[in-house]
Amino acid sequence: MARSNKPLLWLPFAAGGLVAALIIPVLILITGILMPLGILPLPYEKIAAFAHNPLGKLILFGAVALPAWHAAHRLRMTAHDLGFGDGVAVQAVCYGSAGVLILAAAVLLTI
Amino acid sequence: MSENVTLEILRYRPEVDSEPHFQTYTIPYEEDWVVLDGLNHIKDHVDATLSYRWSCHMAICGSCGMMIDGEPKLACHAFLRDYRHDVIRIEPLDHFPIERDLVTVMDSFIEKLSSVKPYVIAKHKKALSDGENLQTPLQLMAFKQYTLCINCLLCYAACPQCGLNESFVGPAALALAHRYNLDSRDDGKEQRADVVASNEGIWECTFVGACSEVCPKHVDPAAAIQQTKISASLDWFKARLLPGARR
Amino acid sequence: MSRRPYIRKVERSWWLGRRRYVMYMIRELTSLFVGLYCALLVVGLWRLGQGRAAWDGFLAVLSSPLGVLFQLLCLAFAVYHSVTWFALTPKAMPLAVRGEPIPAKAIVGMHYGAWAVVSLIVLIAAGI
Repeated sequence: MARSNKPLLWLPFAAGGLVAALIIPVLILITGILMPLGILPLPYEKIAAFAHNPLGKLILFGAVALPAWHAAHRLRMTAHDLGFGDGVAVQAVCYGSAGVLILAAAVLLTI
Repeated sequence: MSENVTLEILRYRPEVDSEPHFQTYTIPYEEDWVVLDGLNHIKDHVDATLSYRWSCHMAICGSCGMMIDGEPKLACHAFLRDYRHDVIRIEPLDHFPIERDLVTVMDSFIEKLSSVKPYVIAKHKKALSDGENLQTPLQLMAFKQYTLCINCLLCYAACPQCGLNESFVGPAALALAHRYNLDSRDDGKEQRADVVASNEGIWECTFVGACSEVCPKHVDPAAAIQQTKISASLDWFKARLLPGARR
Repeated sequence: MSRRPYIRKVERSWWLGRRRYVMYMIRELTSLFVGLYCALLVVGLWRLGQGRAAWDGFLAVLSSPLGVLFQLLCLAFAVYHSVTWFALTPKAMPLAVRGEPIPAKAIVGMHYGAWAVVSLIVLIAAGI
């Protein structure tokens, strides 16, 4: 049997799992409950300023890219569990979707 | 509780059956009986053709693993009184071919077990005159839990990945590899990695955790595998970023 | 007597058979909602880059009944992901201080602590 290259996919998956666990719930609390209720209005100037700040860019990128990768890898494994196999098509859809999100986030945060 | 209990057992005798089928037996209910006592009663007094593995009757030999009401259990470890209904379904362990009745074909597991090199691999062979290996209690505690496996295969029956992929090395074999990798006397992690860190090794596992839940000896193979994933991943990056480093 | 081992087929619905496997599948599917929410965040970044009107429009969609409902669903799954992730971490990373293992409860507790701290920092940054 050959040594697997899965570590390349797995370490970012594990990091993404931790980041998702720590930051996604509070983000949804803000955008899904506090903002609609008017408690946190999220004004354009404030958020745009954060997204223009280098540290803000890093945080936003990490908060999007790592959980997206985590989801992609996990959904690939789940597709296999559900009987869809682990072929090129499944992998392309999973990692491809994450790739699109990660690339989009990178582009949107650098311009 | 009634005075009788019914066991619904999956029978398969290749010389007369084209397929497995259930056969029911009604046996006396005894407060202190385990399922194995029920099977032995059937063998002795009702139907001598029933085939099953058993030995110690005390959850240490690992022989009597079977599916009891859909859950992998040792037959000597499952008390009749814990099954509140009157019909108990008994089948051979999942994910293994059925040899006959409750006896499964274990050959694939034996191969997987030996493939992880489950013995101390020392970097330098010691002469007898060098004396014994020294190991502190703390060093022993680091891997002791993973030495307790009795090869009962309940974990293989519980693991969905074992069901989906016949070539998955599996929980018990990987836990045993971890036992040796953690042993202070051992230097064989690199030699085991071709099997352990292959796609059919730790990477087939998705941490369902069922293996650890059903383990009668609390070995926790799931933990062993996840720890190995971290170790193997760090080794993978180390090998590529620090080519000269000892792993 | 010749041997004829019988191989039992694993059904596609294997995970529906026992509660343990259903809970596992739900745990894994939390990642679908995490991924969908990340896609939502990317759309947000896109709208942010297009100016105030676009951003306000995005917030309006988030505040719509469908938007809130979807996010509440994501929140439920995201919280379940956090809870299950923290519970499993001590198994994957048993920590020891000078040879003595740190109890699993302490490791889990530290994660909940970090979760609270991160959440507080984000809330403050967002203007609470």
